[in-house]
Amino acid sequence: MTNNQLTENGQLRHFLTIEGLKRPLLTEIMDRAEQFSSIGNRQVKKVPLLRGKTIMNLFFENSTRTRTTFELAAKRLSADVISLNISTSATSKGESLLDTLHNLEAMHTDMFVVRHNQSGAAEFIAQHVAPHVSVINAGDGCHAHPTQAMLDMFTIRRHKQHFPDLRVAIIGDILHSRVARSQIQALSTLGVGEIRVIGPKTLLPADCQTLGVHVYHDLDEGLRDVDVIMTLRLQNERMQGALLPSAREYFQCFGLTEEKLKLAKADAIVLHPGPINRGVEIASTVADGPQSVILEQVTHGIAIRMAVMTMALGSQAEEGVL
Amino acid sequence: MTTSLSNIDTLLTSMANDIRHQLADKNILLIGIHTGGVWVAKALAELLDDDFFDGALGTLNIAYYRDDFTRIGMHPQVAPSDLPFSIDDRHLLLVDDVLHSGRTVRAALNEIFDYGRPARVSLAVLIERSGRELPIRADIIGQSINLTDDQHIKLSNGDDGLQLELRSNDQ
Repeated sequence: MTNNQLTENGQLRHFLTIEGLKRPLLTEIMDRAEQFSSIGNRQVKKVPLLRGKTIMNLFFENSTRTRTTFELAAKRLSADVISLNISTSATSKGESLLDTLHNLEAMHTDMFVVRHNQSGAAEFIAQHVAPHVSVINAGDGCHAHPTQAMLDMFTIRRHKQHFPDLRVAIIGDILHSRVARSQIQALSTLGVGEIRVIGPKTLLPADCQTLGVHVYHDLDEGLRDVDVIMTLRLQNERMQGALLPSAREYFQCFGLTEEKLKLAKADAIVLHPGPINRGVEIASTVADGPQSVILEQVTHGIAIRMAVMTMALGSQAEEGVL
Repeated sequence: MTTSLSNIDTLLTSMANDIRHQLADKNILLIGIHTGGVWVAKALAELLDDDFFDGALGTLNIAYYRDDFTRIGMHPQVAPSDLPFSIDDRHLLLVDDVLHSGRTVRAALNEIFDYGRPARVSLAVLIERSGRELPIRADIIGQSINLTDDQHIKLSNGDDGLQLELRSNDQ
């Protein structure tokens, strides 16, 4: 897609996808998140930066972590935030998406955070909002989940610092995963040495090689000597689509157990975007083990979302760049 | 008020003397405002006894407390705030390089009160210049100077240490 998520001078106006963004911008998001993360440790976990701004969380699809951390991020920046579960409100009464949108815009909204089960939904909304409104993609279909990818990158940087030295493995359902797609784009933009994807043939995209990744169908081989392991949720609905025999068999072949984890480097870290299916893609002993950074990811999600929200709303400033 | 800048070392020495006289035995916590205020605070701490201030230097980045986000957007990135102590019921010495409009100090006070409730806050500035827009004054002042609106004072910290420079917009 074209980079209509940037302003004329290269600042973030919307945040729809990692695709097309340059390394300095991704680094800036992480650097700003680093500064925001200390606010969570203070007595008053709030700064007045976005006071008076109105942010609408439009969730057309369920979410706990993403919606909550977007909400908290907005609140810690002193914005007024409203979360709408659209699937159960206006559209079920027959109102079109654009009508809903224009009504919410008429309430002087400054930012929409959008999650939708259709790929391209956030971009579609970004194309139809007024010029002063920013849109953040909180996950659209199988397309992109850029804030998740950035909080993953931030978590990796906290533990591993230098991206080019790293070997990173992503395990699971790459084909249907907007998280994996955004992760691969972010990892390659940040210059990660080697990106591996590991999964059964039915869950890897046919054009995997063109993404600049190494493909493995064998977990043992793929995990050897990696620094970072990014597990993905196995979406139950895939099982019904006959892409997989059973959850038990999947765990036997691709589940991350303590034994398998030993194949990676001794100081390898394990990520998972949540929610976890214990005993399907990851064993409880690994998810709760010393190499797991899964709960850190949740905490970092707040800082990343604070960074992206302020960058997008800051680029709308009346007098331009300082 | 004068119209030309004095030697910076003279100013710092005179501020340190004033601090010694006014704030001795008060268990003061020292806080510098990024970036120039932190430099000045460090210089003052070096001129005073090692145990004059209680604990490490605190630093404030007021970027999230400014009143002009809607007008000029995000501030360039600087180090985050770090107050490595509890400020509750303590006497704080807040340090900045130049007191001009007073808006930076206003923002710093707001931020300080998000960390706790100090007993008292004193303000030390290297340069107090004309152009106040808020009812804020300093307790410890290196030099007071009268400047026109198009004149600016810039503090830099290079190989030769701290340097003060007077600039005009037309230069």
